[in-house]
Order: sequence, then C-alpha cells, then structure tokens
Amino acid sequence: MIRGVKGSLLAAVSLAFAGCAASGTSAQSAGDKPAASAEKPVKFNKDPYPSTYHAYAGRPTAVRGVTIFDGEGGRIDNGVALFADGKVVSIGGPDTAIPAGYDVVDGTGKYLTPGVIDIHSHLGVYPSPSVDAHSDGNEATSPTTPEVWAEHSVWPQDPGFSRALANGGVTSLQILPGSANLIGGRSVVLKNVPARTVQGMKFPGAPYGMKMACGENPKRVYGSKGRMPSTRMGNFAVDRATWAKAAAYKKKLDEGKPVDRDLAMETLAGVLSGEILVQNHCYRADEMAQVIDMSHEFGYKVSAFHHAVEAYKIADVLAKEGICAAIWADWWGFKMEAYDSVPENIALVYKAGACTIVHSDDENQIQRLNQEAAKGLAAGRRMGMQISDEQAWTWLSYNPAKALGIADKTGSLKPGKMADVVLWNGNPFSVYTRPEKVWIDGALMFDATDPKRRPVSDFELGQPGEGDVK
Amino acid sequence: MMRALLLSAAALIAAPVAAQDVAITNARLVIGDGSAPIEGGTVVVRGGKVVAAGAGVAVPAGIERVDAGGHWVTPGIVAAFSRVGLVEVDAVQGSNDRSARRSRFSAGIDIAPALNPMGSPVAVNRAAGVTRAIVAPGDSSGLFAGQGAVVDLGDDNDMVTRPRALQFIEFGEGGSSNAGGSRAATFLMFREQLLAARSYARNPATLAEWGSDALIQRADADALVRVINGTTPLFVRVDRAADILNVLKLKGEFPALKLVLVGATEGWLVARDIAAAKVPVLVSPLSDLPASFERLGATQSNAGRLEAAGVDVSVGVFDDDDAHKMGYTTQYAGNLVALTKLPGASGLNWDQAFAAITSAPARAVGMDGTIGSLRAGRVGDVVIWDNDPLELGSRPTAVWIDGKRQSLVTRQDRLRDRYATPQEGALPKAYDR
Repeated sequence: MIRGVKGSLLAAVSLAFAGCAASGTSAQSAGDKPAASAEKPVKFNKDPYPSTYHAYAGRPTAVRGVTIFDGEGGRIDNGVALFADGKVVSIGGPDTAIPAGYDVVDGTGKYLTPGVIDIHSHLGVYPSPSVDAHSDGNEATSPTTPEVWAEHSVWPQDPGFSRALANGGVTSLQILPGSANLIGGRSVVLKNVPARTVQGMKFPGAPYGMKMACGENPKRVYGSKGRMPSTRMGNFAVDRATWAKAAAYKKKLDEGKPVDRDLAMETLAGVLSGEILVQNHCYRADEMAQVIDMSHEFGYKVSAFHHAVEAYKIADVLAKEGICAAIWADWWGFKMEAYDSVPENIALVYKAGACTIVHSDDENQIQRLNQEAAKGLAAGRRMGMQISDEQAWTWLSYNPAKALGIADKTGSLKPGKMADVVLWNGNPFSVYTRPEKVWIDGALMFDATDPKRRPVSDFELGQPGEGDVK
Repeated sequence: MMRALLLSAAALIAAPVAAQDVAITNARLVIGDGSAPIEGGTVVVRGGKVVAAGAGVAVPAGIERVDAGGHWVTPGIVAAFSRVGLVEVDAVQGSNDRSARRSRFSAGIDIAPALNPMGSPVAVNRAAGVTRAIVAPGDSSGLFAGQGAVVDLGDDNDMVTRPRALQFIEFGEGGSSNAGGSRAATFLMFREQLLAARSYARNPATLAEWGSDALIQRADADALVRVINGTTPLFVRVDRAADILNVLKLKGEFPALKLVLVGATEGWLVARDIAAAKVPVLVSPLSDLPASFERLGATQSNAGRLEAAGVDVSVGVFDDDDAHKMGYTTQYAGNLVALTKLPGASGLNWDQAFAAITSAPARAVGMDGTIGSLRAGRVGDVVIWDNDPLELGSRPTAVWIDGKRQSLVTRQDRLRDRYATPQEGALPKAYDR
C-alpha cells in the first residue's frame, strides 16, 4: 500500500504517496521529451516486445460436485466443470457427462470460480524486496511520460507473483506505472505464470493500457519541484495541452503525412484511436466528472477509474458513461482525497448499474481480493441490497477482464475461454477459505496439496523459508 | 433554581457510573481467554466492570437486560499495536501526530496529549468492535520513539486508560537508520543511553555535569529509568532472526527489562529462544513477503509456529494502516484459522485466534487483569456481533465500553445515507441530512 515506506513503522510522512505508488524518485532529468528521430511516414511496429507466453501442459480435467460461480453472475450447485486443451469445455449440473480420459477432481463442499484478475497491481515494478534498486514504478521526471512502458520495469522474479497465485487465486493482472505522473505510461497485462522474461508472462493479445492520474499525487510531486502542475487546475492544463498535441499528431498519421517518430505521441494516438485503454487513478467524484468531460473534449474513453473512493457519489454518471469503477473495500483516511470513503462504495456502485471491480494496488491485498469483495458485499447486504455471491464474483473476474479488453478470452467459465480456474476449499467469500488448486490455461500451476506445484522465484531460492507455505 | 443546579452538577458527575450496569443474556459467549464459546451465556456488568460471565449466571434484579438472541457476544477487540487517535489523515501533516522527527526529545515523549478521542478514526474503529488499543508513537529524532498509551475508543473526551504504558524502539533496519547507520551503532546507542539513565537515577546531578555531551535529556532519562527497572514495558520492533536473538540478550545486562517484540517476522526461525525468554510477541500475521532483507523468512505461518513453540502471541494490524483500519484485526485473526486447514501451514484455532486479539495483547502490555477478556473484574467492554466476529463483513450490533452503551454511527454512515441515491432531489445534497 505504501511504496517506499512499507516495512517501516516510521511511515507517516511518505504516506502522502499511499494509494497507487507515487513514490518519488530522485529527479534525474534526462531531457523531458523522448528521443525523436525519423524521416518518413512508416508503419511503426505496434508490438515490438511480443508475448512469448505459452500455456503449460494440462490434463483434461473434470471437477464435479462443486459449487460454480461462472464469473458472469451465474451459479451452478453440485456442478461439473470440464476443461481440456487449455480451454473451458463446459460447465453444467450434476448430470453432465464426464468424457473418458478426464482426470476427475471431487469438488464436494468446494467452490470453483474463474481466476481472480487484478486490474491494479505494481508487482514487478515495485517488487519485493522493496529496496531502492527495485523502485521502478514511477518515471517521476516529467508529469507526462506516455512513452514509458511498465513492462520494461517488471522484474519477473518478484516473489509477489507467486503469493498472488497461491493465496489469492490471481491468474491475470495488469501492471501499471505509478501515479506520480498525470500520464504515467503504458501498462502491461500478464498471465500469472512465472517466466524468465516479462515477454514470457505477457497476456497474448491483450491491448495495452495507459495509466493516468488526477488529484493529489501529480500536483504534489511536481509542485514540490517548483514545476507545473502544482494545482488541480494545473493538472488539467497539462493534460489538455498534451491531448491537443496528440490530436494534431494523430491527424497527421491519419492523413498519411510524415511525422517524426515520437514514442509519447504513439501511445497517446493509440488511446485516441481506441487501441489503448485508459486506466485512470482518480479518487474524487468531482474530479472524475471533469475527467469525463476532458475525455469527451478530446475523443477518448476512460476504461476504468481506479481507487474511485467517491464513485458512490456519481455512480449514476459512471453507469451512463459505461466507465468501470475499480475500488477497495474500505481503504480510507491515508490522504485527503481518500477521506470520504464508505464501506458500501462497491455495493452502491454495483446497484447503480455501473461496472464494478475490486482491485488491490497492493502486494498484500492482491492475495485476498476475494475477502475484500466479501466485505463490500456484506456492507451492501446490511443496507438491504440483494446481491448474490455469484453476482459479486463479477467484480473479481469478468468486470476487470472487460475493463482490460480481455473478456472475450478469460474472466468467466464460458466454453472456449481460457481455462483460468480456481478451486477453493470452501466459499471464497469466507475468511476461512483458501485456494486449493489454480489452473491457468488448463495447466495446474498451484496445488495446496502438492509442494511441487508451488512456484519459488529465483530470489527466494536458498533463502530462509524457501518453498514454505508462505 | 439553586437546587436544580446542584442536582444537575451531581448528575454530571454521577452519570458515567450510573449508566454502567447491564446484563447481556442468551449469548454465544466468548470470554476471550482462549476458552471455547459458551452457548446460552450471560455477562453481567456493574459499575463499568464485568462481575460475572458464563453459563447459568444470575441476572441481578433491577439491572438493564439485553437479549443477544443467540448471537456472538465477546469482549471488545484490543488493537495490539496502533496509532489510533494520533492520526486523522495521514498525509495531512497537521492532523498527524504519529511522529516527532524534529523534537529534541525521544524516550521522554508521551503521546497522551496528542490523542484525539473525537477523531473520525476512533468512531470508525469502534464501530468495527475495537474498544481498546495499544498506541505507540511512530518515531522521534532519537533512538527511542517515546511512550505510548493504552486507550479506550469510547464516545467521550477521555481516551487514556493507562498513560506511559510502553516505551517504543526499533532495532533492525529502522533502528540503524535512527542510530547512525548500522545495527552495531543501534546496540551501542541503546546501551549508552540506558547506562546514562541509570547513572542519572543514582545521582541526578550527573546529567548537568555532562552538559551538552549528554546523550539524553532529563525527560528522556526519567522515561528510561522506568524502562530499566521494568515499570514500563519496552516494545521493540525487530524482524530479522539474528536481530531478535540479540534483542533477547539485552536482558543479560538489564535483567528487569520487560521486553515485548513487535513484528518478529522471522520469529518462527528462533521460536524456541523467544519462548524460553518468556517474551511476548505482537505480529502482523499476514506479512508473507520478503519486503526487506530482514524479512526474508516472512510467512503467514509465523503466528502459528510461534504459538506452537509456546510463545505468547498477539495479532495486530500494522505495516499496513495502523490508524484507520483496526477493523482488519478480526479479519487477520480469521485468516489464521483458515491456515489450520491448509496442508503444511500453521495457524491458530478459533479460540486461540480470538484470544490473540483480546487477552493476549492485554497481557503483553501488563494489563490482562484490567482489559481484554470478560473474566470478572475486567472493564465492561462488550460487543454483540451479527455473525461470527472473525468472519468477513461481520459487524457489531451493540458495543459497550466501561459498561456504557456506545454510538456506532460514523461519518461514513452519514455519507452512505446521503448518497444511497446519488442523484440530487428537490434540494442539493448539502441539505440532505
């Protein structure tokens, strides 16, 4: 939660950075603008660091006698789930025939869900151990850095990935740059499968995201350096000037005119053309409303507001605009813009018909997003809302998949989708429940009953507690 | 007129006592001392104190009766290590009294005057069932952070249950940065400051003789004397196994020290040494990442392994948000119960887990005769829950502190109600209350 100060009870001052990892880095100005050099209109390679992820071998598997949440709000009691060749084959009731050659897992008393998808993580860019040498999440040398790509900072040996898998059932996650900058750079969507390289973890075919931030962090980080922005109005001025430039750049591209290669403008043009999804850190309701107007002004769409602590105040607006709210259950009070948090936020947003997502922004809470959703669910029910467990699971898999542009591939247990599946040893909205097995693309990547199916990163090899249950 | 005035003055004085009698019946009663829940239990509070709790307890005549309807009734949660009352908004400096990095003083700092019982975090944590908290200062300019307090989260103006209830210090990485850059310097600084305090205790004039060479101020020396003679428990933040062993050795030179380990992330690696030293441990139990090189062995099984080795373990919420989210205490304890079902993991059973967030922290701070359970003689801090208190989303439906029924309405509830329908009505939202 608190970058750069976690692990210290001395925290306090740097708490200003809490919420989306805006830890300051020493400002080493390497020139504000990205290198620009090119002569002709050329087709730039849009995927120069392509995914080399491959699904590991799995066996045709049937889980039977299990309670299934399908991820889109459906539920099957005493159900049967079949998956093979990395894909969901079918889910159905107790009479579902199990074809020959399938391994059969008894799910009696257990629950089966799509894998959890965390839309807001800094694993890899702020990895453990959180030493200065690993602080790679904020290029805090310019308020707009659309040219940086989070994947170039991700350390695949971050032990946090394995914790998110084993304790949290997280099968996919978006790694974002921090929120020091108004425009922080491109995100990367990963499958939570260990690899030697980041490319080996990249979710095949996932669109890029672009991190934006409003509010306290950018104005504080740059204001304290005597630079613009130092106010919220400065935030918007810099954003709008940047969008205006991007619009002009895109116009040239669209007209086939020559442009100098500009990595920053390529990202922004990608947003304006709808190829890159905006993931916008924004707490306050009034500020979200202004961002929405800005998106209309320049013709882009906000995919999700992250940390939307005040989403409940404008839930109707979010529903109308089709913007997701990615929120915590109950974080509050760590900074001014998080002061008006209410535990019913998740449920109020859901009830207003807006796309609701439970996110972590935290290497610890990513290990129990199911528990965070459960708290939000309970708060809603105490208000008298009728929300079922299976509806609430949409906050953890289908909705984040939608906001990441991968809902056609994962996020629910529809036939043909990736077999990203978690078997829980009880109701996943109970505190007493943990993942028992996690499959990613049909391959068994974690098994609580088999120590050999517990990944150990290079960093933890040969250290105290190697291979421990953690 | 005069008579009326006198009466109301008397009423003001008497009110806190008069309101402190209640009997809660038909409870699934948890005493908090590690014993199993009692079905159909009763707890009787008189004069703000528990007089009896258990099955077949008679309800005195004339006392207010509350039927718990078979729901869980427990002692209030004791936040084992927190900053509740010291912080309103972390990043708003004027509202944050956690640390005093530019103070001339260190050990002598006493947080009591900084506590704000009317702050919204007090109400929010109270509504989550937290009735008492061990509050420690965050940091000073010196090696010792200062003196913490045990507080109540009652809806009144007096928060302090016991002032100067603990002294706080960090060893390990945090301590070495305070001491000048190495662990070696931390241990030397610690020893020199305690020896200076000891000299001062024998002859107060020594401090004046040292003049500007003195390592500590008079107020610091006074506080450290109480640490040396065991009057004030010394809460020590320490995580690395090797550091823990070195901290335990401090009792060799200062045998009266009452040590309490805070954090002890790698405690499980030296659990038998901790148990042998009879030093209690406060853990933030879900820390399972190698967040730094002094926490390489971090695991959620730490609490369970320590308990199994005979260490007195308390469960708290720190290394996270230690002022606002004390409500996580029950969730964290529940997670330790979950571990008992996980192959290869160590956790706590339900009764142990609940004791770890009530009587165990009370014992660690030397107050288990006063707070942390529903045994007779303890303060009347009682909570009725709508469900298993360790389960997610369970909430108190009634809370008493010192036998006094508490308001559970928070600022967050008011915001929720205002925006239950987000659209404005006939008038702006500002008129809606």
